[in-house]
Amino acid sequence: KMSQSSVFLLMVGGQIESAEFPDFDDIYCKYCFTFGPDWLVTSGLDEGLTQVTKKSRDDRQQFVWNFPLDITFKTTNPFGWPQLIVHAYGIDAFGTDVVRGYGVTHVPITPGRHKIRIPMFVPESSSQLQKLTAWILGRRPEYVDVRVLAQGEGREVTRVRSQGFLTVSFNVVMKDMKKLGYDVIPSEMSTSVIPESVGPNSGGTTET
Amino acid sequence: DEVPLMEDVDEEGYGFYAVRKAEYDDTPETAKKEAEKLYYPSVTSVNAEEKAKILHDKQPRFLEDEGFYVGTRPKISGWNVNKMENRLIKELHREKWFGEDGRMIVLPNPLRPTPSRPPIPEEQEPGLEVQYRKAIMHEFDSRYIDGSLDNAGYYQLDVDINSLSFSHHHLFSREHVLATRLSQLYEEYMDRQKKNMAEYLSEKLKALKLSAVHLKDHMAAKKSEHNYADRSNFQKRLQDYKDEIRRARALRDKEEKTDRLLLKAIIKTWKDIKQQREKQKFINTPLKLQVITEETNKEFDLTQWKLEIEDELEEMEEEATEIYNRKKTEYEEALKKHAEQVKAKEDARVRIHKRSRKQSTKGSRASLGSKASKHSAENEPNPEEEAKDQEILNEPEIEIPDKPEEFNKEQARKDIIAKAKEIRRRPGEPKLYPEVTSTQPITEASKCPRGEQQRRNDVSKCEMFLKVLFNNKEVSRTSSKPLTQEFKLNFGQIFSLKIVQWPESITYQVYETSGFGGEIICEINSSIPDSSVTSQSVQLENLDFSSDHRVNHGHEGVGSGVPFSFGAKNEGTETLYTTGELRCSVAWAINDQGELLVPPSTQEQGNMFYAMRKMDPVTAIGAAGVVDIQKLAKWFEDSRLDPNDPANADLVYMLKSKGGESALLGPKEFFRLEQLQEEFNFCDDEAIDENKRFRLIYLRDSEVTEFKNYKMIPLLDRDIPRDTFAEYEKKKREEEKYKEEKDIESHRAAVSKFMQRVREQVIRRFRLLAHQRRLEDVINEEAVPNIALLGTSVLKLTERRRPLRVERKERKKVVPQTIDNVKILININRAVYVPRRVAASRGGAMTAREPDKAVKNIVGETQVQPFIEVMFQDVFLHTEVGDGPNPSYNEELEMPFKAPNEDYTPGNLQTVTDNIYLNLFDQVLIDIQEDDRQRGTTVHQRIEKKWLGGLTIPFSTVYFNGKIDGTFKLNKPPVLLGYTQGPDEEEGTSLRSNEENTYLSVFMTIEPPLQPPEPMRERFATTEDEKLLQYADNWEKTLNAKFSDREYKTTVIDVNGKTVFVTRYFKALEPPPDIFGSSDTEVKKMEVVARYVSMIPSVSDSVVFPGLCDIWSTCDQFLQMMAGDEEEHAVLLANYFLYMKKITWLIIGKGIPEGPTAYVMTEQENDYWIWNAGTGEHFSYRDSYCPLQSISCLINAENIWANVQQYEKPAQMNFDLSQGASWRSFFTRSFPNTGIASYQPERLYYKPTNKNAVLDLQEKIETLLKNKIMEWRSRLITRWNRHCTQIMRKLLPVLEENLGHSPGEQHLAELESTFSAYKVSGFPINMPYNEINPIVDAVFSTRVHAHDTSDVEFALAVYIHPYPNDVLSVWVYVASLIRSR
Repeated sequence: KMSQSSVFLLMVGGQIESAEFPDFDDIYCKYCFTFGPDWLVTSGLDEGLTQVTKKSRDDRQQFVWNFPLDITFKTTNPFGWPQLIVHAYGIDAFGTDVVRGYGVTHVPITPGRHKIRIPMFVPESSSQLQKLTAWILGRRPEYVDVRVLAQGEGREVTRVRSQGFLTVSFNVVMKDMKKLGYDVIPSEMSTSVIPESVGPNSGGTTET
Repeated sequence: DEVPLMEDVDEEGYGFYAVRKAEYDDTPETAKKEAEKLYYPSVTSVNAEEKAKILHDKQPRFLEDEGFYVGTRPKISGWNVNKMENRLIKELHREKWFGEDGRMIVLPNPLRPTPSRPPIPEEQEPGLEVQYRKAIMHEFDSRYIDGSLDNAGYYQLDVDINSLSFSHHHLFSREHVLATRLSQLYEEYMDRQKKNMAEYLSEKLKALKLSAVHLKDHMAAKKSEHNYADRSNFQKRLQDYKDEIRRARALRDKEEKTDRLLLKAIIKTWKDIKQQREKQKFINTPLKLQVITEETNKEFDLTQWKLEIEDELEEMEEEATEIYNRKKTEYEEALKKHAEQVKAKEDARVRIHKRSRKQSTKGSRASLGSKASKHSAENEPNPEEEAKDQEILNEPEIEIPDKPEEFNKEQARKDIIAKAKEIRRRPGEPKLYPEVTSTQPITEASKCPRGEQQRRNDVSKCEMFLKVLFNNKEVSRTSSKPLTQEFKLNFGQIFSLKIVQWPESITYQVYETSGFGGEIICEINSSIPDSSVTSQSVQLENLDFSSDHRVNHGHEGVGSGVPFSFGAKNEGTETLYTTGELRCSVAWAINDQGELLVPPSTQEQGNMFYAMRKMDPVTAIGAAGVVDIQKLAKWFEDSRLDPNDPANADLVYMLKSKGGESALLGPKEFFRLEQLQEEFNFCDDEAIDENKRFRLIYLRDSEVTEFKNYKMIPLLDRDIPRDTFAEYEKKKREEEKYKEEKDIESHRAAVSKFMQRVREQVIRRFRLLAHQRRLEDVINEEAVPNIALLGTSVLKLTERRRPLRVERKERKKVVPQTIDNVKILININRAVYVPRRVAASRGGAMTAREPDKAVKNIVGETQVQPFIEVMFQDVFLHTEVGDGPNPSYNEELEMPFKAPNEDYTPGNLQTVTDNIYLNLFDQVLIDIQEDDRQRGTTVHQRIEKKWLGGLTIPFSTVYFNGKIDGTFKLNKPPVLLGYTQGPDEEEGTSLRSNEENTYLSVFMTIEPPLQPPEPMRERFATTEDEKLLQYADNWEKTLNAKFSDREYKTTVIDVNGKTVFVTRYFKALEPPPDIFGSSDTEVKKMEVVARYVSMIPSVSDSVVFPGLCDIWSTCDQFLQMMAGDEEEHAVLLANYFLYMKKITWLIIGKGIPEGPTAYVMTEQENDYWIWNAGTGEHFSYRDSYCPLQSISCLINAENIWANVQQYEKPAQMNFDLSQGASWRSFFTRSFPNTGIASYQPERLYYKPTNKNAVLDLQEKIETLLKNKIMEWRSRLITRWNRHCTQIMRKLLPVLEENLGHSPGEQHLAELESTFSAYKVSGFPINMPYNEINPIVDAVFSTRVHAHDTSDVEFALAVYIHPYPNDVLSVWVYVASLIRSR
């Protein structure tokens, strides 16, 4: 087919490794990939759900999933580069399922191994009274469509609070990208080992 | 540990640290070293030698002298400069520190000598100061200038009352009366003297005469040279001169007469005064008349006098002769005519006499025999002639005018002399010039008689004052002033009136006081000054006044309003009323700042003008002191500023010439926004247009419908399919193309293109809004529970458990991504009142053989075997075949649904325009057994489908409502050959009205449920009053809290995307006048109007404006677009009904199958009719088959009534709108309707439909359908029956005449008898015309063509009834004919 030549592939492997949520227990994660109109999933799952995990009993207090990610994209256009959206849920004191954090990151645009630490945040209740009822009823505000996180539009109306971090590792392999004129690796370090990059580190309440 | 770890550490020396004094090596060696390293730069100037070295022995060059701009050196003290130079000179690259003039390079001082920001003055700029004023409520009282009493405008009227003088007063003595008269006469005389009209007119007369003479001479001299036209022209001019002379003379005579009379009157009055003075023996007034006489030359006067008289006489004669001649000819003519008439009358009389004699002789002869009577008939007098004669006799006699008299010269001369004597100074009479002076000494009071003394006393006691009334309210009064003996008062007072109300009247009242109390003498009205009249420019004016005030005095005073006489000698009395003059003025004041204190001229317009005056650019510039740029440029040139000086850069920039010639510094004619934008452009627009990929990306980004969901845009240009833009470009080309063509179809297309454009525009406007999210859109948050909610949840806990009670659970909506395999579930329950076949005896071989299972009636025939076929997106499904007219199916059909582009997002789904067609067919089995011998063993039959009715439900309706459930009326053709409907004789049920229709019970839903589109909740731009909208919001909210499922509508969105209050859509509009035709009754007219409206095609809003529901277009827009949904139809119909003086409401409610919809309700006596504007049908509100299921609110131009009753089905409701318990009105007494203007146009304009184009279209459709039918049955031969087509053509207009109702049994019988040889099955289909495709679809869905045999004939007729404004009603009659065997 004629489109054969003008398509490049992006293979993403990796793991949702672990998370830090100091105040909570029993966390599980849901993830999904979002991507632009020119992208197509050729193999693998673009959505998934992890097992429930408990905090480690050591000092690190980590939630470990080691949940594998494996997906391959086919695309004609780097516009709409895939993003990984993770949202963590946990059981609260009353036994209801409560959202613990949303996080989003782009799939790294360079091949190699990457480790990304994603800050996880939740939307805040719009008033103190609602905060109270949300706490009592265990129904915290949630995003109607998590895909909002992957775009700028509509974010300005929300107020969020950071609750923890989640670490994801990616192994990125690309095919034909350079052939099509997109050079994502600096030439002098095309063979060198890419160090593990760490995502944005800001904590506390972020207001957008 | 107490023991130190290191014991050997002591205070001094050996420890880790020690404290000592700083050491300074003060040896000569250090000084020497220092001298080597350090130096002290000299402060003397660098010597010339060094400098020369720097310049490499060149002559220093002074740039400034050569004309370069060098700037001013900053002021630095000489020492410092020298020091620096000395320092630099020691450096290695010293050359670069020095300029070519040998001096150190110094940059001009970057600092300005003065601060560039002007100091802000302590006190504010006058005119910019802000004052605090309390917020005020604007009272709509037109009397106040600024709308209310305490508003701030400062407006002032200055009333100047100068003096008052009486021309008559009741304390006047007789002498006063005469003196006043004399002075008045004298004034008039002086006035006339100044004008000297008599002199002027005599001069004019002289000049005119001269001209006339000249002209006459000219004419006489050049007589031979002039042609006829010239002559008549001159003649006319001469005549003009003569007329002019006559007029001037008359005027002069009048003036002279007046002058003379005046002179006489003056002298007479003066004589009277003298007489009066003598008689009364004292002098009261200072008036004195002197007459200056001027002697004249009698001889000269006499000649003048005679000349004048002769002149006039001559003229008179000329004129009289002319008149005489004219009259004479008239007279002669009249005389002649009279004679003729007399003769004619005589003749007529003679004729009549003869005839009557003849008649009598004939009469006697006629009695003799029939033969004679025949003869007499020939000689019968002509009645016409007789009448003519009679007429002649009856003519009024022509009057003979008097014989004109000839001019009597002597008499005329006498007249002229008499006249001249009367009005002119006689020859030799001296000229008289009167002169009035006020030099007569007045007799002292003591010397006067008692009466006079009393009078004078009274006068001095009398005081007067004036009141000033503004808008009939007293605002001020003058001080009391005593009346002088001359009867004059000087006030000289100016009153300043600060006003808040519009001036309506300014009145002065004159009061007189003598002793106690005041007495009003009169009222004087003054005019309101024009806004241009200011106190600086105003002139005092005299206002005359008079009073009917009656005063009588016992003394010398003559009183007022009472008769008095001048004594015995002058018999006759006179009655004088108090009169006088007031000198005063009214003007607008000017304050200290020189501002005019005038209120804005008028209220509405004035405010605008006032504002405009304030915005006047010229004054604005003048005030700001900004200089004309041209002048600035000139000044710049004149003052020879250095254009290279950076200090002048701003000026130079501003004045930069466009040609680049620096000498011509002109102002720039433009300025630029974002002038750097181009630098940042990735590539220019052309490149994007040329590159297919860029273009595709661009179009996708701007959400153009065709490319909105384009996936996988190829990376390379060459990979993009060639035809990607084909459709899009075709569409664009078509938009251009349709502009030129003229026929109806292309007009439709043009309209739809127009609509497309409106749609795109609206969508573009809303795109931004659609991308704005609200918190609810992004975050799912529990609402705070209120008490009621908590209560119910608590109650729920205590509720009894009823595990067997089934509760409906909401189906979960599916997210678009996970959707595949969407189906429409159609559950068909039953149909009722299906038409039955007409007995076989009439229908021929239709029901030759029936399967055994069929239930037969007594005669043993199946009545009907109906089944339902569903068609959607070219997929057909059908139910089992039922039996009898009321079949029960209970069958669920699963219809697959494919969304365009496989995109199941709400945005895409709501643009789906596919319809679900439900068609009711009768399955007919036809025996085609050829061989009777096999009948026992073989069955050979053909199945035929007969269309009995259909129902079309748009997919959008199902989608928006989630489900559709109910009993629907099938659209049934008005004529269905071979079928009958109505009472089933065997069952003996009586016919009810609804049995004429067939009903179908259906349940429809989409599985899995799709997410309905989010309604737009954003508040759009609006021009409505904020207060109204707020009230509307509240009103809706409180009602929705009670009845959440009822839709209360107060505002809608117009095509411009503006929020408009809904009552604005109502206004009586005239329906096209020529649709009524022969319809006479009121009801019939209403039906015709409803039919007209229903023939305008329907398109759902959501299809027209995806993502934006509820756009209401106005009626003219609707008629222009020729498409709209239920609201537009209903609004138009309601407005038509309003025009027809019907009490009409618009119903907002829910109907089947359309869901939320709008109907029209009218009040008929004792009934309310509910009109479906989309179909033109009407129902009584009690009709249980009415498609309107619920009523939420009623709207008309005056109000909105919300249904707050328990029930919402029309039949269960109470329609007494005044009942608050049933209807909550929007405008109430506490919030009255203040007259909201209508949004509709003044009137609608209908353009006539082009009849020829309609005929063309009719033909086109017919050919197309014929071709289609042939195409559909391509395996078989299709024959057309011409005869049948002819008959159908005749029938269709009748159906239209009947507004789509059946033309009656008789008509059908006729039709059937025509085709007795055939078995005919067919029916007419009626629909509004929008496009051809739906017509084809409709014909296809009836399956008339589906006859799998060749021995069938077809008939097809198309009729289009044109209504005004290109509203077309399309009738298609299709039938199949099978020859009976």
